Amino acid sequence: MISIKRCDVSIHEAKKKIVFFNLLLYNTYIILYHLRSLDHMSDQEQLRHEILSILKENARIDIKQLADMVGATQTEVEQMIKELEKEKVILRFGTTINWQKIGKPKVYALIDVKITPQRGHGFDALAKRIYRFSEVHSLYLMSGAYDLSVLLEVDSMEAAGRFVAEKLAPLESVVSTTTHFVLKKYKENGVIFDDPENDQRLVISP
Amino acid sequence: MKLEEKLSPIVRQIPSSGIRQFFDLVNQKENAISLGVGEPDFVTPWHVREACIDALDKGMTTYTSNQGMPELTQAISAYLQERFSIQYDARSEILVTFGASEAIDLALRTIVSTGEEVLVPEPCYVSYTPCVQLARGTPISVPTSAKYGFKLRVEELEKVVTPKTKALILCYPNNPTGAIMTRKDLTPIVDFVKKHDLLVISDEIYAELTYGGRNHVSIASFKGMKERVIIINGFSKAFAMTGWRIGYAAAPETLLQGMLKIHQYTALCAPITSQVAALEALKNGLHECRSMVSQYDRRRRLVVKAFQDMGLTCYDPQGAFYVFPSITSTGMDAQTFAKELIEEEEVAVVPGDVFGPSGEGHIRCSYATSIERLGEALQRIERFVKRKRAKLPYPKTSISSL
Repeated sequence: MISIKRCDVSIHEAKKKIVFFNLLLYNTYIILYHLRSLDHMSDQEQLRHEILSILKENARIDIKQLADMVGATQTEVEQMIKELEKEKVILRFGTTINWQKIGKPKVYALIDVKITPQRGHGFDALAKRIYRFSEVHSLYLMSGAYDLSVLLEVDSMEAAGRFVAEKLAPLESVVSTTTHFVLKKYKENGVIFDDPENDQRLVISP
Repeated sequence: MKLEEKLSPIVRQIPSSGIRQFFDLVNQKENAISLGVGEPDFVTPWHVREACIDALDKGMTTYTSNQGMPELTQAISAYLQERFSIQYDARSEILVTFGASEAIDLALRTIVSTGEEVLVPEPCYVSYTPCVQLARGTPISVPTSAKYGFKLRVEELEKVVTPKTKALILCYPNNPTGAIMTRKDLTPIVDFVKKHDLLVISDEIYAELTYGGRNHVSIASFKGMKERVIIINGFSKAFAMTGWRIGYAAAPETLLQGMLKIHQYTALCAPITSQVAALEALKNGLHECRSMVSQYDRRRRLVVKAFQDMGLTCYDPQGAFYVFPSITSTGMDAQTFAKELIEEEEVAVVPGDVFGPSGEGHIRCSYATSIERLGEALQRIERFVKRKRAKLPYPKTSISSL
């Protein structure tokens, strides 16, 4: 009996210790995490972030202007952009277009897809089969009621219907699909599609 | 009856703003790009506007207490403590006003008696001198210069201080020069203020807009200084809220209660809608403020570099959103430069002498404008400067501006 009791105590203590160490580890992790996020990036890292956030807004910016804005030389900036492309941090320089304005509207559909994951491959193998279709604009793995969210960009509703019926639904692991058509775009990639409001400010003020 | 004679002599002698004529000139030009705007180009963040709409929706359309909504004075008190390490009692030491402008007027009227002198470092924002005059005081200019990065120097203060000197006005980060005062810069000023037993009105409206990791230091945070300082601040620049007309003063109780007396009879209270918006800005707006500051910083580097490349001496401004380059190497004075620049290239800047005699030979350019427009304006200025230089009989070096 006694030995069992002892054993219980020591297990209890060991548990306490484990909890304590876990807490310690967790706290250290939190502190490190905050240190990292609190502008403790190296100058190089900061420069990379700065360049990326400017390019995200305007990929066509003049290199000299970009260099002046971040306080680096043109060569440094060019070099850094090349590296970022090589590392696949920058994947593409694109343009946000309001297709409705040129009378050639695209059809966008969001499709919720439920699937049974394949043994040994999880969701990734099926995702690969789906994202390779050129109609698939974006593809996300989701938490919640369904598994994959497919954003389709096609020229007509028929094309969207065909894609779902002929390509997506027949895939073996796909259990069900629910298709939602986009009726109007208000904002995309942080850009508002309405015409911007004019500068209301007085032209000169003290 | 001559109405002119009915005006009080003080009002009569105050000149109308030197900016006025430029305003009219620019308005005639359709394609003008203005770098003459003293306010953010950002619209007030949506969450702030939304909070105000919600308040209106709930029927918040009444007066508030004279001093301001208690929640707001508490939030201001917490903000001053957190950002600048100064403690103010929300119930007795903070007053919410119609922009920082009202607070400046209140501060001066509260402390200045007829004939007392107020030291006004210049170049500076255009309101201080007239407000001192309206308070029946005598404004005394204290020059600052490009040579010392437009920082206020105690040597200059000692030259003009007299037994009649009552107060010193500080405005750092500075409009129009963009200069800041670091803790080290302020130390001799603190000693000077104590030595001559002065009060300080510290206009810190640009406090959130500092660059290069240099945070604003308030003179009130120095040991023994809180009792001598009236801090003026507001939401216009940090949260892009100029049109809301909402600011505040923080001061030791005796001074603040004096200001409150004037405020309650002349203004009653700041608009409730703006107070609600200001509260939201303080509670949830600092993140967006940071992102605006980082955008200003990029533009600042761009503009400074562009002026330097043009050969216009431009020291590195570390606060606000202005650069203040010297244009003497073009052989023109500030007024001529600004007028011809509008006429010929349709770019508006403000001639530096509008902000005081030490501003002569400089122009104030605001970089609170989109990168695209800034880039275009800078190209036009460069073209203009080249053309003017080519006409000079002999090459003038920019050193002469110092």
